[in-house]
Amino acid sequence: MLSIKNLHATVEGEEILRGINLEIGAGEVHAIMGPNGSGKSTLGHVLTGREGYQVTAGEVTFMGQDLLALAPEERALAGLLLAFQYPVEIPGVSNMEFLKTAVDGMRKYRNLEALDSVSFMKLAREVCKRVDLDQNFLKRGVNEGFSGGEKKRNELMQMMLLEPHLAILDETDSGLDIDALQVVATGINSMRDGKRSFVLITHYQRLLNFIEPDHVHVLGGGVSSVPVTSHWHWNWKIKATAGWKVRPCNE
Amino acid sequence: MSDFIAEALQRLPTETPGWLSEQRRMGRSSWKSSTMPTRKTEDWKYTRLRVLEEGAYLGWAERQDPSSPALTALRDQVKILGLDARMLVFVNGFYNPELSSLKAMDGMEVVHFSEADETQVGTIRTHLGTAADRDKYMFTALNDSWLDDGIFVHVTQDSKVTTPLHIVWLTVPQREAFSLSQRLLVVMEAGSEATVVEHFASDGDQQNSFTNGVSELVLGANTRLCHYRLHLEEEHALHIGGVHAWLDRDASLNSFHLGLGSTLKRLDVVVRHEGNGAHCDLNGIYLPRHGQHIDYHTCIEHARPYCTTKEVFRGIISDNARAVFNGRIHIHPDAQKTVAELSNKNLLTSNKAEVDTKPELEIYADDVKCTHGATVAQLDDYALYYLCSRGIAREHAQVMLSIGFINELINNLQHPSLGEYLKPVLGGLFAQQVKQTERAE
Repeated sequence: MLSIKNLHATVEGEEILRGINLEIGAGEVHAIMGPNGSGKSTLGHVLTGREGYQVTAGEVTFMGQDLLALAPEERALAGLLLAFQYPVEIPGVSNMEFLKTAVDGMRKYRNLEALDSVSFMKLAREVCKRVDLDQNFLKRGVNEGFSGGEKKRNELMQMMLLEPHLAILDETDSGLDIDALQVVATGINSMRDGKRSFVLITHYQRLLNFIEPDHVHVLGGGVSSVPVTSHWHWNWKIKATAGWKVRPCNE
Repeated sequence: MSDFIAEALQRLPTETPGWLSEQRRMGRSSWKSSTMPTRKTEDWKYTRLRVLEEGAYLGWAERQDPSSPALTALRDQVKILGLDARMLVFVNGFYNPELSSLKAMDGMEVVHFSEADETQVGTIRTHLGTAADRDKYMFTALNDSWLDDGIFVHVTQDSKVTTPLHIVWLTVPQREAFSLSQRLLVVMEAGSEATVVEHFASDGDQQNSFTNGVSELVLGANTRLCHYRLHLEEEHALHIGGVHAWLDRDASLNSFHLGLGSTLKRLDVVVRHEGNGAHCDLNGIYLPRHGQHIDYHTCIEHARPYCTTKEVFRGIISDNARAVFNGRIHIHPDAQKTVAELSNKNLLTSNKAEVDTKPELEIYADDVKCTHGATVAQLDDYALYYLCSRGIAREHAQVMLSIGFINELINNLQHPSLGEYLKPVLGGLFAQQVKQTERAE
């Protein structure tokens, strides 16, 4: 589904990613771990095409397409979704309007019949329930005045509505209490259908107690290490990470 | 360059009720003694009147064929669905009864100055020119000196008029450029309530009109007026106008302004708190684009104690347009316990756009609470990226963010039907703008 080969990227002239290699197959769940500043979030933003995140070398293929040649909105339509670590507050644009615009665009792209307001409203209410978010959040401005946990649930809601082929969840578990974490984990697990793939960017093992990844990668200094295979990681202790060797590609 | 002051004086109204002549005489003398503002005139520092001084706009407005289908179509365009208002339609300054839907309303009299009966003339003469200061606002003096007719709205004591009055001023181009005067006097007797929508619009052709407008709102004790002033004319229509409100004890004015830009557009909004406990909500949006100009000067005079003002203006300035906002709040020595807030936020969507904003607080009382603030910002790149990352096309995302910037004010309108009317108008405006920018790139 996603194939990253020797990806190098700079942000404001500073090289953050220095040779990432990653293969993600359909239906797989990959976890990416690593210390602060190792480039985990940068990888997410490079993949979704954020302005100012310059790819200097390497290639990325997503579902047979050259991902790097696409504009951010085209990447989204192609089925890539990044759940933001810091979702943006946009006062004045209602969450409902935002979600409907996004879903309308996606359905049009996928040649699906457009949803009328009533059907969309019904769908949105259902999804609200699934992420345990009060319906009033639909009427408010996008993320406006949402707590950290509410913002993360809103991200999850967008994932459920847009049904991406690949979802990158950037620290969606950070700052959540245990109940919210379970809601998020249950939400993600409910989206696993054997075809949809996930990348979980996280600092914590606790999320991986709820969502069993197929592969765990560790980023160190912007370089990916050898993935830890699934039979290896299960029942692992967080201490074990210390034993993982970060093997830069240029060595 | 011609002498605009002298030439404007040559332009004498012909048919006019005699009792207006005193008003006109005072206007002429005040206009005669004024001088055209220059860059050094503080109130006009950023707004040049060159286009007027060139002298092309002193022609007379002509009465248009009232049964023209184009005008009927235009009237249907400006009609605000769901507002369920009585419409009063003027075309190039002439009242058009065919397009209007004025019927007698309980508690509200609406008459032309020229058709007012004796009692009404008495009331008009008592109030006309009391709220608008012709010595301070030179274009009010010009309006006075050209005064031939006007609209008088009288809300009788304790009447709660629920049907809004929708006054539409349409312009269509004439062969020669022309001037027209607009004059409105609203007098609300104690305890009354009403809604008045002033709506300026034009057909889509290139306009050659100069509108000089003065609206006076006189609010008696305990009255409530919901007032809207919409400027949605084509971008070549010139307008210099003033809204002057006079508030008695415990009166409450809710006034909303919306202005698209034009070659020259200047609005002075003056609210005078002249009775204890008066309240004013003054909100506005200005949206100049292309090479347009728009200038809002607001001035709130707190002359009495216990009065409150809440003022919010927002502007989106695009392309190489220019906006001017001057928000003055003047607290007189007697006006203790005043609470006044002023906020002005601006969004520049192009690096050639310009805004000159100046909040001004002048306080002579010591027990008051006043805040003011002004900001200038650009579209948030990160928010744009966030929307795009959900598959929303960049140009659509830009429209969403621009509308989002002003949505708060639109959503809080007292009449939601007006918001529903404005949203597609504004949506279309921004969408069109984005397309043009893309083409230019």
